[in-house]
Amino acid sequence: MAGLIKTKPTPPRWLLAELTYACPLQCPYCSNPIDYTKYQTELDTEDWKRVLTQARKMGAVQLGFSGGEPLTRKDLTELVKHARDLGYYSNLITSGYGLTEEKIIQLKEAGLDHIQVSIQASSQELNDHIAGTASFEHKKQVAHLVKKHGYPMVLCVVIHRENIHQMPEILAMAEELGADYLELANTQYYGWAHANRDLLLPTQAQFEKAEAIAQAFKETVTGKMKIYYVVPDFYEDRPKACMNGWGTTFLTVAPDGVALPCHSARELPGLDCPNVKDYSIEEIWNESKAFNFFRGDDWMKEPCRSCDEKNKDFGGCHCQAYLLTGDMYNADPVCSKSPDHGVIQQAIDSAAKSALSANEKPLLFRNSKNSKLLS
Amino acid sequence: MTINPDQVINFSRTHRLQWEEAQQKNVILYPEGMVELNESSAEILKLCDGTRNLAQIVSDLEQKFSTSGLTNDITAFLEVALQNGWINQN
Repeated sequence: MAGLIKTKPTPPRWLLAELTYACPLQCPYCSNPIDYTKYQTELDTEDWKRVLTQARKMGAVQLGFSGGEPLTRKDLTELVKHARDLGYYSNLITSGYGLTEEKIIQLKEAGLDHIQVSIQASSQELNDHIAGTASFEHKKQVAHLVKKHGYPMVLCVVIHRENIHQMPEILAMAEELGADYLELANTQYYGWAHANRDLLLPTQAQFEKAEAIAQAFKETVTGKMKIYYVVPDFYEDRPKACMNGWGTTFLTVAPDGVALPCHSARELPGLDCPNVKDYSIEEIWNESKAFNFFRGDDWMKEPCRSCDEKNKDFGGCHCQAYLLTGDMYNADPVCSKSPDHGVIQQAIDSAAKSALSANEKPLLFRNSKNSKLLS
Repeated sequence: MTINPDQVINFSRTHRLQWEEAQQKNVILYPEGMVELNESSAEILKLCDGTRNLAQIVSDLEQKFSTSGLTNDITAFLEVALQNGWINQN
């Protein structure tokens, strides 16, 4: 096992509860695994309550109810209530699809702290195309209702080549809807987004223009709206500090109960990620092979091992190293020190070529049919 | 943004101040984020309950800790808190 550690790890602070892979939307950059249809079983209510209780006892305090679409779980309100009783700060990460005013009130009474609504674009036509579902007007109504009932509202817009030109309209929409926070999430290329990368990755010029517009807007809304900007790492020369360090802060539990050090880690080979039905959260966090795999720096190869920045970015993202170089022990190729850094430019060139091509292949939407086809 | 000395100070309704047993400290929780507080910051914020203005917060804390001359430190911290949206005067 790589990265065997001698000292007790820091306890988890963040629990991402992926309640289900079911979702009425079909976003082509979904972070769920491509082969999600293979994992049909879902934890039951008692399993989730036990997971919440055990993680809270270790020190987890931020809790994300996510999916898929978490609203498809009939026991969501009961789980929110349990989380509130335990002292979690609960975040509902939703498409807004199917969220009624009655449900918003019910969740508030159960103790939900915050609702994050995702919108795919600033126009109905593009939103409904990307989401694969007619949902734009309903999402806007939901955003208004979230505010009306006193929740802080985070509007999340995933940015890619199809909508990056709408940046001014996206910002105006966030202001009009009264968002307290706007998350501009440049697509991260894993799972479905990796499969669609040629169609989603913008050019550097597009990124720079959009970023400048967002930056100028930020100044005008100081004190009213906070902007979280998820950086497009393909255009950086140092990798992101993956998960704030593997197994230091974040714990994801997938719908079937598999515990993951990051929500993409299911794609990595040989981790043997443990299931919460077999082990307690404490055993999983402290003792499992998966959570110890990349702790510390014993696992590192060059150029990471001797790098003076290794404690800053921890070698970057292992899923990206695996997807782009075939070896998860390699440095994240986003890093300009990586011998594989050329694959990033190849990806950028390939996407640019695809954008100029007369017969670009269509987007691969995230749905069960495509999942089964690709598994 | 500066503190209006005449108006009472409220803790934000969209943030939560809470004691964390595992960390042995008070924290502010907000959408997808957390700020860890030292003891004095937590003591100040606990008094931002919509019943006190700046001078009353200072005098309550000076009394509680049997000291004086806290005005500048408390004002500086509250201005940071105001800018971060942890408190308001509406």
